Amino acid sequence: MTPEEETEYRRRRKSRNWVVAGALLFFVILFYAITIVRIGDA
Amino acid sequence: METAASPTSQTGTAASAAMLPTEWRDFFTLTKPRVMTLVIFTAICGVLAAPGSIHPVLGFTAILAISMGAGGSAALNHWWEADLDAGMKRTMNRPLPGGRMRREDARDFGIFLSGVSIVLMGVAIDWLAAALLLVAVIYYAVIYTMWLKPRTPQNIVIGGGAGAFPPLIGWVAVTGEITAMPVLLFAIIFFWTPPHFWALALFVQSDYAKVGIPMLPVVAGEKVTRRQIWWYTVALAPIAIAPWVIGGTSWIYGMTAATLSALFLLLAWPVGRRSRTDDDKMLPEKKLFKFSIYYLFALFAALVADRVAAYQGWIA
Repeated sequence: MTPEEETEYRRRRKSRNWVVAGALLFFVILFYAITIVRIGDA
Repeated sequence: METAASPTSQTGTAASAAMLPTEWRDFFTLTKPRVMTLVIFTAICGVLAAPGSIHPVLGFTAILAISMGAGGSAALNHWWEADLDAGMKRTMNRPLPGGRMRREDARDFGIFLSGVSIVLMGVAIDWLAAALLLVAVIYYAVIYTMWLKPRTPQNIVIGGGAGAFPPLIGWVAVTGEITAMPVLLFAIIFFWTPPHFWALALFVQSDYAKVGIPMLPVVAGEKVTRRQIWWYTVALAPIAIAPWVIGGTSWIYGMTAATLSALFLLLAWPVGRRSRTDDDKMLPEKKLFKFSIYYLFALFAALVADRVAAYQGWIA
């Protein structure tokens, strides 16, 4: 792997990690909200 | 059996795709975001038009699950058709034929997204809606993409069924039961798809024939396609008005559906009757295609407006 490819490799991995982290955070908040609503219903 | 579209064959650039991690944007592209707008819109309409109420958080979750299911099955469609896509101008730059992603990653992403969407719908909303979502994913990814699309010129009719699920699932997410109204919403999109798509197919040259997909205008010819456009539009009109006739909506939806359907018929008539001339600009076909988009959006918007008016007590 050339230095340019390695830089590109790191950039892509980093941006993907941010997206995955964002998605996980989103689902944590969503499931928390769903739980609150469901408990309220009960 | 290994077909041209079989996932066991390799695209030429697969090796370079294995070198670098795939961009997240390419995963997003796999979900077919443009098709998703119609899915989201009709799912929202299904949720809003259904009788009864749903908490906004749960309504949002239902729409999210439907969108994720649609995205997951679209990714499976990309995975299965990668070799076909490589042979067509319109699709050759998609993530798989473009060599930016490994084939199995698209498959795994599709299965994961579909699976999560079904579990999310079941756990958070309703298991009947989740079962329908599972049927929709299997219908699009397996029955349509893998089985019938490469085998029959009626593939557009069958594919229309996949696009017809979102309002049905949205409705069932609220009510928890399948009644005549959500089935009619399904039928509206099902019968709307052939005239919409075939009008486009008449004036846009596609590469489907090149890769062996039997599209109706290529296999059966323009005359048959035009006749089918007309007859599907004729069938659509009473189905579109039916929600009013069975008492599921008020005159707001009923009059809108009747007016829009009359216009649709007026525009479909010349398309069904005429034949292509030299240097034809295909204006009636273009007009019909454009109108068909407005038709569906206006029809579903009228359905929601009808429900809002009834909820506010503006109509009986």
